[in-house]
Amino acid sequence: MSAKTPKILSGHLVSYPRFLWESIVLATEGSPLFYGWMTLLTALSLVGVHAWATQVANGMITTHMTDQVSWGLYIANFTFIVGLAAGAVMMVIPAYIYHDHDMHDVVIIGELLAIAAIVMCLLFVTVDLGRPDRFWHLIPGIGRFHWPMSMLTWDVIVLNGYLLLNLHICGYLLYTRFLGRQPNPRWYVPFVFLSIGWAISIHTVTAFLYQGLGGRPFWNTAILAPRFIVSAFVTGPAFIILTLQLLRRLTDLPIGARPMQTLSSIMRITILLNLFMVASEIFTEFYTGGAHVSSAIYLYFGLHGHHGLVPWIWTAIGFNVTAAVLLHLPVSRRKSWVLNLACVLCFIGLWIEKGMGLIVPGFIPSTLHELVEYSPSLIEWKVMAGIWACGGLVYTVALKIAIPVLTGRVGYRDYATDEPGLTSAAPSEEAPRMAQK
Amino acid sequence: MSELENGISRRTALKGVGATLGAAAFARALAPLTEWTADLSVDQFLQKHYRELTPEAMQQVLGRLEAETKRDYGVDVEIEDIKPTPGVAFAYALNLSICIGCRKCAEACHKENNHDRPSQNSYIRVLEMEQGSLDMERGDTMYDHPVPAPGKFYMPVQCQQCDNPPCVHVCPVEATWKEPDGIVVVDYNWCIGCRYCEAACPYHARRFNWQKPEIPAEEINPIQAYLSNRIRPQGVVEKCHFCLHRTRQGRLPACLEACPTGARVFGNVLDPASEIRWVLEHKRVFVLKEELGTRPRFFYFFDE
Repeated sequence: MSAKTPKILSGHLVSYPRFLWESIVLATEGSPLFYGWMTLLTALSLVGVHAWATQVANGMITTHMTDQVSWGLYIANFTFIVGLAAGAVMMVIPAYIYHDHDMHDVVIIGELLAIAAIVMCLLFVTVDLGRPDRFWHLIPGIGRFHWPMSMLTWDVIVLNGYLLLNLHICGYLLYTRFLGRQPNPRWYVPFVFLSIGWAISIHTVTAFLYQGLGGRPFWNTAILAPRFIVSAFVTGPAFIILTLQLLRRLTDLPIGARPMQTLSSIMRITILLNLFMVASEIFTEFYTGGAHVSSAIYLYFGLHGHHGLVPWIWTAIGFNVTAAVLLHLPVSRRKSWVLNLACVLCFIGLWIEKGMGLIVPGFIPSTLHELVEYSPSLIEWKVMAGIWACGGLVYTVALKIAIPVLTGRVGYRDYATDEPGLTSAAPSEEAPRMAQK
Repeated sequence: MSELENGISRRTALKGVGATLGAAAFARALAPLTEWTADLSVDQFLQKHYRELTPEAMQQVLGRLEAETKRDYGVDVEIEDIKPTPGVAFAYALNLSICIGCRKCAEACHKENNHDRPSQNSYIRVLEMEQGSLDMERGDTMYDHPVPAPGKFYMPVQCQQCDNPPCVHVCPVEATWKEPDGIVVVDYNWCIGCRYCEAACPYHARRFNWQKPEIPAEEINPIQAYLSNRIRPQGVVEKCHFCLHRTRQGRLPACLEACPTGARVFGNVLDPASEIRWVLEHKRVFVLKEELGTRPRFFYFFDE
């Protein structure tokens, strides 16, 4: 055993850099469409970078946030995208708990989405900081990490943990595929199960950030965390269905009909559950009445002549209800455009409902009942576009690497022939398995 | 073969050009930051948390801050680190029967604490309330008419210096904490500017420095303390500190001194002979949003 380990290790010392190099090649080569897409995303990211640099230099006065509405578009996006990251687990659960083999073949698409989404979340939190130069104060051991009292420290732990878990799972699976080996369940299955629980935790903690604040009655409701989870299980599957539709047209990845059916079946339930929870929230607010309902009145109907969010929230409700109806029409099972339309509608609908429709009214009226409205500045929109484009870059590159590796088009075939000095132990061990495949 | 190699090298060359252009564009996009970081010293970047600074390190920090103020605002100031006095715990009370809503307190705070001039920032907001109701929903902070107006009463609100402060609990980096004399303070050089405390405070007591404060040199109050009225950096949160640079040295808060009606009472609750103690013992005092369990140290009362 002890004699064998160094040899395997030395094998990895060659094959792992090779894997990384192949990944870089895969990530930078492609069709004109690919180059065009990447150039567009890069350009948008740069617009965002410039807007953020301007914001840091000139101060957050360049945003339209105020002392009354002290969180805006950034935290709204953050909240929504944590849901997107958590929602990706809706591929993992069928694949690993219900042993859905078709889903298992494409589950990595969900796990890679989680990675891209978490990167976006971390960026959205960073751009919301007044002093990004002091981010190190948040690093446990170096800074002063106010754990367990501050929910934000929990968020730092769960988001980074989820990122690491998914990086490990995806990295390990792709690397073993690259080597042409069967992955060893010991090295990833426990992490997959951990990641399922962890996915729930990231969105629960994000909800706890808000629902634990007694001074903000609009957020101070126990239904917030369940609502976040349920709506995440709408947006996650919706985005993955749209991704699968695109990958079907653009790549040679074999995607069965089952994963799409499973995901849309999940959405048919979660979208109704979400509407039910929203309705329950609305009932509690308006039937009870009193001062606590001011934010909800402002959001849905406008308050004392201020109506900033009314068009937003009714658009969201319109989109979500339409998507729910579309998903329950039999035609959504036959015509993919109906399904796609439903996915787009509920994705946008929930972006509004969980973002601008949840974060902003928490601040309006303020805790001293001042009515100050908020609508994002151009800088904020640019930064947001930049971060979405950056997420798009991460996801595109991840898929661009993963798909050829998964389909076996790229692999470590020339292990034995190209590297005469390293053929001794590891390759001979793995060669028969490759032949089986 | 040579054609293929040419093809590859052409592609590689194009990639190289693309990467170079991308890197150049990235550097260009980040250009505004270089200007900003020029003002940011290594010492400032590496400065430790307030409670980890040795007395010698604190002296260095204070010297650096004074030099920075001189550089940025052209004024010689004296910044001290004033510690709480053992056996002293501050509380504040406000007589709503005689407050006339003149906002002199807010103005005094604005000047005393070196607030940003363009935003007219102050730690005090005065609510004009309807008589017969304590519902802030019916209050108005933007009133603009002679005071006191008939049928109204006035309620100034500032940091309540809670004994169970939600703002302190939520801070992810311990940049804000409660001092032994009851004052909730902020280390402006440790705050990362996430504004979670601003979301958590039920009294709208916290302010964020949306830009670098602008104050004409001649208006700067040169008597400053590290945890109170020194000019705050851009991008951090600040709040009322009961004028600790005055009160910890036996003086009264600026808002109290400015009040023309004597509505404000401040002092050491641990001193049985203090006026604040008399008010708390003899008046039917109340606190704002008591149901939230924040346990404020700021009390209100009516005379009649």
